[in-house]
Amino acid sequence: MTAPATVSIKNLRIALPKSAERPYAVDGISLDLRAGKIVCVVGESGSGKSMCAHALMGLLPDTVDVTAGEIMFEGRDLLKLDDDGWRDLRGRRLAMIFQEPMTALNPLMRIGDQMAEMFEAHGLLTPRERRARALALAREVGLPDPERIVRAYPHQLSGGQRQRAMIAMALALEPAVLVADEPTTALDVTTQAQILKLIRNLQRNRNMAVMFITHDFGVVADIADQVVVLRHGKVVEEGPAATVFSAPQHDYTKALLAAVPSMDPPARAPLDDRARAVEVIGLDKTYVTSGGWFREDRRVDAARAVNFNILKGETLGLVGESGSGKSSVARLVMRLIEADRGTVRIGETDLTSLSGKALRAERHRIQMIFQDPFASLNPRRKIGHIIADGPIAAGVDPKVAFDRARDLLKMVGLDAGALERYPHEFSGGQRQRIGIARALALEPEIIVADEAVSALDVSVQAQVLKLLEDLKARLGLSMLFITHDLRVAAQICDRIAVMQRGAIVELKPTAQLFAAPEHAYTRELLAAVPGRNEQAPAA
Amino acid sequence: MKQFWKSMLKSPSGVIGLVILLLAISVAVFGPMLFPNSPWRMVQRPFLPPFTLSSVPLGTDALGRDVFAGMIFGARVSLLVGLVSTLVALIVGVPIGAMAGYFGGKVDDALMRFTEFFQTIPSFALAIVLVAILQPSIYSIVTSIAVVSWPPVARLVRGEVLSLRTREYVQAAVVTGQSNSWIILREILPNALSPVIVLASLMVATAILLESSLSFLGLGDPNLISWGYMVGAGRTVIRQAWWITVFPGVAILISVLGLNLIGEGLNDALNPRLSREGR
Amino acid sequence: MLSFVAQRVVKGVIVLLAIVVLNFFLIRLAPGDPAVVMAGEAGATDQVFVKQLREKFGLDKPLPEQLFIYVKGVVTLDLGFSFRQQAPVAKLIGERLPATLLLTLTAFAISLALGILFGTFAARFAGTFLDTAITVFALIFYAMPIFWVALMGILLFSVTMDWLPSFGYDTVGGNYTGLAHAIDVGKHLIMPAMTLGLFFMATYTRMTRASMLEVKRLDFVKTARAKGLSDAVIQRRHVLRNALLPVVTLAGVHSGTLIGGAVITETVFAWPGIGRLMYDALLQRDYNLLLGVFVICSAMVLIFNLITDLVYRLVDPRIEFAS
Repeated sequence: MTAPATVSIKNLRIALPKSAERPYAVDGISLDLRAGKIVCVVGESGSGKSMCAHALMGLLPDTVDVTAGEIMFEGRDLLKLDDDGWRDLRGRRLAMIFQEPMTALNPLMRIGDQMAEMFEAHGLLTPRERRARALALAREVGLPDPERIVRAYPHQLSGGQRQRAMIAMALALEPAVLVADEPTTALDVTTQAQILKLIRNLQRNRNMAVMFITHDFGVVADIADQVVVLRHGKVVEEGPAATVFSAPQHDYTKALLAAVPSMDPPARAPLDDRARAVEVIGLDKTYVTSGGWFREDRRVDAARAVNFNILKGETLGLVGESGSGKSSVARLVMRLIEADRGTVRIGETDLTSLSGKALRAERHRIQMIFQDPFASLNPRRKIGHIIADGPIAAGVDPKVAFDRARDLLKMVGLDAGALERYPHEFSGGQRQRIGIARALALEPEIIVADEAVSALDVSVQAQVLKLLEDLKARLGLSMLFITHDLRVAAQICDRIAVMQRGAIVELKPTAQLFAAPEHAYTRELLAAVPGRNEQAPAA
Repeated sequence: MKQFWKSMLKSPSGVIGLVILLLAISVAVFGPMLFPNSPWRMVQRPFLPPFTLSSVPLGTDALGRDVFAGMIFGARVSLLVGLVSTLVALIVGVPIGAMAGYFGGKVDDALMRFTEFFQTIPSFALAIVLVAILQPSIYSIVTSIAVVSWPPVARLVRGEVLSLRTREYVQAAVVTGQSNSWIILREILPNALSPVIVLASLMVATAILLESSLSFLGLGDPNLISWGYMVGAGRTVIRQAWWITVFPGVAILISVLGLNLIGEGLNDALNPRLSREGR
Repeated sequence: MLSFVAQRVVKGVIVLLAIVVLNFFLIRLAPGDPAVVMAGEAGATDQVFVKQLREKFGLDKPLPEQLFIYVKGVVTLDLGFSFRQQAPVAKLIGERLPATLLLTLTAFAISLALGILFGTFAARFAGTFLDTAITVFALIFYAMPIFWVALMGILLFSVTMDWLPSFGYDTVGGNYTGLAHAIDVGKHLIMPAMTLGLFFMATYTRMTRASMLEVKRLDFVKTARAKGLSDAVIQRRHVLRNALLPVVTLAGVHSGTLIGGAVITETVFAWPGIGRLMYDALLQRDYNLLLGVFVICSAMVLIFNLITDLVYRLVDPRIEFAS
């Protein structure tokens, strides 16, 4: 690595406003970007990785201040540039792509126009030449039917297509540096795999220096040449990817790597002789949006003839990408939405035939843990009430219910003082624990976990998963586990059902599914998981 | 609650608005006790200019009536009408919106058609027609203002309830076996109320404007003096006696302004933004 | 798009019919004999006229039949007869409608243009003295009742400074033609249009400012900056275009208030439009005329709403034309 660095960040320090929890978002970070190499900056939320990326482009918000350090690029310190200096470099020599392609594109402008803007910003080419180049770029990033896409609006493209368009825009002027701020986090795993491949190829062809921000170690394993691990605004470890993975030095890195679920499912005892806790037969649900008097209705199949069982004490995983229908099936089983056809049986009771008071009386048997820790607790009710409300509604004496709430909090690892506090006083992981306590308050037989750990940092995720496993074993629960993350599914599920466009395409015990997938989609899904070839480091 | 008052007092608009409102309320409540001159009585010669006689500080009108007294008694009418009609509009609009948003489907369709119908009719024109038909009185004025004011409330509440209905903690309440009325009253409405409160303060302001406009056109309660009526009465003599139209109008302006400022302050207090000017 | 327009027109017609039915019941809500109510204060004195009305509207017949007769009348554009003005209501409205359209459309155009202009400035210079000044003015204008603004305008510009005429459509006895007439009307139009427009200008200023500040924080503006575009281009092409969408919606919402404001403005400035007509009907307790104007006002609001809705759908490609 004797080539000089294209970008050299030295001792960067970015101060947060007085009201923030810590004084610095970025506290003395130094890192180098080199032509032809991808540097992955990894960290959990609040590590300052996104701030670094924005600092490199001069796009920091007004509320933060750069108090120290320099960013050397082509012989100049970027932090000393004025507005005009930045505008000259942005797009032309330094380019950035963002996480959410839907919000990162102007909804009122056509894709081609937004691409052509890149040239316009730097006064290059005639309008006709710009349009031609936009078309060529669209082709280069693999957009299907480029003539049509160039004239389309952002909302008419899929998430993956929008991200390709963003990449095309970023590369239009052949910049030396590409800053990618979590560009695949919001994409489905199969789309993510394609976009990562695209970025790698383009980067190699153009010999760009790339700073790739991510929280996903699988992605790091797939594309990184260098790895920089951030924590609380400081660099805790850096080095070539192979080294960091095989022999991590810092404890934090070791902990992070250990927290990433492995793709190897553990051996599990078969449960064939158990009774059926849940039986789902022929579940059908189609969403219809009416087209008014003169147009056709639009139909989306959320569930098509879905059949499965969950045995007592078993965890069944429901795996799929967005639009697969897995969340809808979870809600159909909970009777949060009504199916068009089909039966859901809990033990001997046919849940789908009940309504009103009878339904409410049976609801306690199957409870749910939700995805978003910030939206799953009523911000205006105290924790104690949140947990005890369910039992009280079922007729339990309030004092008994609150005592039980105290016990449950202890079971999930929180102290009894939490009863009197409000949700906003707790972290994401803690709120998920409270959500678990709420679900357990009604002494259910079955738990439905709808992406229950997807919104958590990887270290917190590992803790919550462990908690779920413990509780499940202790209380003899059965679980329906919805997730898009195949690693988590591998570690926690006994059997896995793979869903695509509303139908279950494959349903098998976990180990079998991973070792010998039959359906083409399952194979595609497994192949797309980033870092699947990376082994866990020796502990 | 303490947090709410703290943020309310931090916004300058909120503070100014509160001050104005308190002033208006004190005038309305205590004014007639401290200045018991009846606004209908002739106390001086007609067209006495303001600031000439201390007993009639704001002058007299075409019939020699005390303008200042009129303004004090008018405060009562304006504030009362504003508050009561807004209250009625809320009592009608909130349940309609909540039911439409929560139950969806046909209930929502029917209620929304009904609401849209009222929203399409130009509100002031309808108010005029209603008061004219029902004969002007404080009851018909309050009724007609309430009738034209409830649709935006229903719309707003429906929107909030609709978005909250799919919120995960509401789904959790369904799943833990709560009844519909519990969910609406304990989970949804408390979280839907902030924008309604902001809207309510703006509605009182609009109600005062409506009432004064109706009185200006001669549709006010003939037994009650109100600011709009005074401006209307002074219209024909504006060349000789500008003060008859100017002062009551200023009173309306300040009251409405105060309420709007309170609305802004409430909005800042109840919906805090993360950062105001970040690029 | 055509199907969308057709759908909306049909819905609009249904709403209008519902308003006509509403009128029918309102008449019966008024105290006294419906025939006397419909005759109006002036007509009630003429027994023959009252008897004619009773026969024409079949007031001795059962209620559903009365409703049918009434609705049929309105649909065939027979809005009744004004005894006081001695003319069919439809004719009276037809004569005055153009003046109201001139007033409201001018006021709308002024308020929209100036409102967006000031709002953009305020957003551009947010936090500075200019922003505070614009915001304060907007707040104050927003709180002023239209009738008071009108009178203050007259006081200032007609009585004190004698710059502008204070009433009417054109100078009485002026007999101007062509361009001179247009200028004369224009001079008479300034104050009423500004009066009517001031309130809405304040609304659009505040909305534009808030919307622009909101849009400025969105991700695609960051993308535009990352491309190295100049501030001016970003403001115009990315921020403004997106920020104006809610303003268009607001314009539609306020169309009803605009018509209502026209009633007051026309009354104070003696502008010969249907708003003034409504006031006259009010004074004369001429309920037939009053309700006739009411229906036409509603129709105007419906058409205006349809236009703003259409504009919104044309400007925002995300909204499809299906309902």
